[in-house]
Amino acid sequence: MNSWLSFYHRDTESQRKMKLVKKILLYEIHNTIRSKWVILYTFFFFLVGYGLFTFSGNVNKAYISLMNIIIIVIPLVSIIFGSIYFYNSREFIEMMLSQPIHRKSLFLGIFLGTAIPLSAGFALGFSVPFILFGKVSEQIDGFVLLLLIGVLLTFIFIALSFLISVKQDDKSKGLGLAILIWLVLAVVYDGFVLLIIYNFQDYPLENAMIILSALNPIDLGRILFLMKFDIAALMGYTGAVFQRFFGSSSGMIISVICLLIWIIVPFLLSSRFFKKKDF
Amino acid sequence: MITIKNLVKDFGKNRVLKNIDLTIDEGKVTAIVGPNGSGKTTVIKSILGLVSPTAGIIEVDGKAIKDDYLYRNKIGYMPQIARYPENLTGNEIITMIKSIRNSNEFSDKELLSSLKLDSEMEKPFKNLSGGTKQKISALIAFAFNAKIIILDEPTAGLDPISSSYLKDLVLKQKEQKKTIILTSHLMNEVQELSDEIVFLLEGEIKFKGTIQSLLEDKKETKLERAIAELMNQDNK
Repeated sequence: MNSWLSFYHRDTESQRKMKLVKKILLYEIHNTIRSKWVILYTFFFFLVGYGLFTFSGNVNKAYISLMNIIIIVIPLVSIIFGSIYFYNSREFIEMMLSQPIHRKSLFLGIFLGTAIPLSAGFALGFSVPFILFGKVSEQIDGFVLLLLIGVLLTFIFIALSFLISVKQDDKSKGLGLAILIWLVLAVVYDGFVLLIIYNFQDYPLENAMIILSALNPIDLGRILFLMKFDIAALMGYTGAVFQRFFGSSSGMIISVICLLIWIIVPFLLSSRFFKKKDF
Repeated sequence: MITIKNLVKDFGKNRVLKNIDLTIDEGKVTAIVGPNGSGKTTVIKSILGLVSPTAGIIEVDGKAIKDDYLYRNKIGYMPQIARYPENLTGNEIITMIKSIRNSNEFSDKELLSSLKLDSEMEKPFKNLSGGTKQKISALIAFAFNAKIIILDEPTAGLDPISSSYLKDLVLKQKEQKKTIILTSHLMNEVQELSDEIVFLLEGEIKFKGTIQSLLEDKKETKLERAIAELMNQDNK
């Protein structure tokens, strides 16, 4: 009887926490959605989508251009927006924590409340021109895939920005670190991979390449998209290796799983640090 | 009642609180005073669970606060600096906190008009002045009828009218036997409001007792002088 009772108790406790997360999430969404940056961001994707769907004769070309924009712009905006948002919320978080709030629930609420509106801004800005100017019935696959990659990258880079902001109290250092991480993953990393390929060209590098790509979410996003279109060779060696090893569909599933891990690990780490953080 | 036993807090290599033992009695106004960096805010934040102690135990009503969060239903807190999500309005924040606290005890009408906040509650925070935000913090601290009220430099940044109203509010809460903890640099404010005084210096309690006993002890009539004497005595 006792254990049954305690089980019941635990259930209401977790229900209470979930309710808390929901409440915080709703308010965060309210706040973020009114931010002019999110509105600008939405408009940016609308313009880019409009331009590419209207003026690019070839759909695949439009998609590849869009992909290149998505995998560069979304990580950059997400990691900077996430950091600035978190640093600016510091006193507010402090005030919320002085209320009867469970710390991890608050953190989850803020995380989702930042990532969901930003993803929604991208999705909206990107969907409208596609529906208006694209050929919806023929090109839906690529569209859905780009949408998925964009949303996953938003969540990943917000999670990374929160990890930085929780650990680093100094705002300017934190922002510098955020930009550095983006620079490494978006630009420097590819050069590093090329360097390895060049220096070790006499060795079998397939496995190493797969691991190296899984370590970079931007690469993973790119591979995921290119594999779908059977143009993996376009991204060179890594894509070809991925395609050969996994075949298209299992390769895609593995890439998505890796991307999800890229959300979960930074989030759990930062949530842990947040629980112990002094305000 | 709040009991603090052997509280130690380190920030990096810096020991901010050194073995604090403190009992804060129910139904009294306790002022924590001390120079900048003496650890006043850290003591307050430890009670609120914003800062996790390096060592020591804090109990609220006989229950340790570690890993608990519901005890904060009993506490109303007004922080030193007030900042809110800039796109939300005062009313939205109040509604949010009401729903988090599941509280129907919220009584804001009188407070709102006395703090002259009526016309400000529908404006987004980015359009509000620092003083107005401070008043909204006061509203949040007082309106939930919490039995413990913690005020960190409550009158800093308030205009004289709001500041004197806030002091009246504290005195009114005192009549209702609320437990009030405040920090302040203004000694006449402390003398006006508090029963007990805790003097912190470099993370240690140098004096705890009633204001009267401190004044008698130091043979002074002004608290400011008595405190200065305490500091001098420590330097010797």
